[in-house]
Formats: sequence, C-alpha cells, structure tokens
Amino acid sequence: MTRLLVATVLLGAGVVFITIASIGVARLPDVFQRMHAATKAGGIGTSLVVLGVLVAGGVARPLTGVLTIAFMLLTLSVASQLLARAAYLSGAPIEGLDRGDPLAGVLDRPAADTTQARPAGAESDTSVSSKRAS
Amino acid sequence: MTMFDLSTMATVMIAVLALSLALAAYRMLKGPGYADRIVALDMLTAVVVSLSALTSLATGRSAFLDVGLGAALINFASTCAFAAFLERRRGSQ
Repeated sequence: MTRLLVATVLLGAGVVFITIASIGVARLPDVFQRMHAATKAGGIGTSLVVLGVLVAGGVARPLTGVLTIAFMLLTLSVASQLLARAAYLSGAPIEGLDRGDPLAGVLDRPAADTTQARPAGAESDTSVSSKRAS
Repeated sequence: MTMFDLSTMATVMIAVLALSLALAAYRMLKGPGYADRIVALDMLTAVVVSLSALTSLATGRSAFLDVGLGAALINFASTCAFAAFLERRRGSQ
C-alpha cells in the first residue's frame, strides 16, 4: 500500500513537471528560455514518471527503466548545451538582456545576418537584435 | 484491485499528457526559427518517453519501457545532429 502511494506521488509529480515544462515551451519568448524550460523541467518530469513506473512494480526488466533514467539525466544537459551553442552562433534573437551580451567578444555571432537567417513571418523578434547590433 | 487502480490512474495521466503534446506541437509548428523547432522536438520526445512508460503501466506490458529507452536514445542522437546542422548552416552563409 505504501508502495502504491509512493508510485502515485512520483507519477503525479512527474506529470505536473512535464505539464509546466510544455507550458513554458509554448509561452516563453525566446529560444534559450524555452530550452531552459524544456531541458530541466522536462528531464526531471520524465525521470520521475519512469521512476514511478518502476516503483509501482510489475515490470519484467527494471534495468531498462534505470537505464532510461540514467541516460536521460546524463545526455539532456549535453544535448541542450550543444543546441544552445548552435542557436547562439546561428544568431537566434535573445530577449530581456539588461547589460548586453557577455559572450559578445568570445564567440562571433552574425548579428546583422539574423533577419535574413530566419524564415519569413518572424518580423516580431527583430527589434531586439537590431537594437543590440546598433 | 490495486493494479486496477494504478492502470486507471495511468490512463488518466496519459490523457493529461496529451495537453503537453499539443503545446509542444504548437511550438514546433509556430516557432519562428529552426532552434525553436528543435527545442520543441526535444520536449516532444521527453513527453513520448513518459507516455510509453505510462502505457506500460496501463497495459501491463513491460515492452513499452524498451520503447521509451529507444526514444531517449534517438532524442540524443537527433538533437546532436540538428545542432551540428545549425552550426554548419551558419558557417556556409
């Protein structure tokens, strides 16, 4: 009975985390903030759901679930770091910077090419990048 | 009795996670840049992994956990490949 309760709490917490992460992916204004929501909250939520399924019992090979949790926790950070670097270098717009870009002299980023690099229909985001370029 | 409760609860949670799938799919369709769509793919695959885990609980078949492990592996490989594509695409301009 305790096992059932613990599994229920883990599954519910995981589903709440995933729902919050997907709301953040849909509503946050910027690629990097969306990545912040998707990677951390999504990874923790998925790991909690798989852990809840393992705790609930009845799984023939629990090692598969343990491997899934370990793999997701290990690789989500690496993948999001690669993707954030690629998004920064490809000139994705950044919202809400107070004191400028700290990486401005470290990585070269085509600030002038951002308006052409993105597909059509993205005119609402160009104000910040043009302001930064000036 | 307890297994019935858990499988019913897993079915309800699958229905709740459909909202997350819809929100991530909205971002993938709408997202202004390529990086937004790749982030949406990442989120979509995380939801798919937890959906397959919940399906293994709802149906009692452990093979769905293997499906989740495969989806997690493909997620990592595809995110790395798309990130490399994004960097190389910028270099060609």
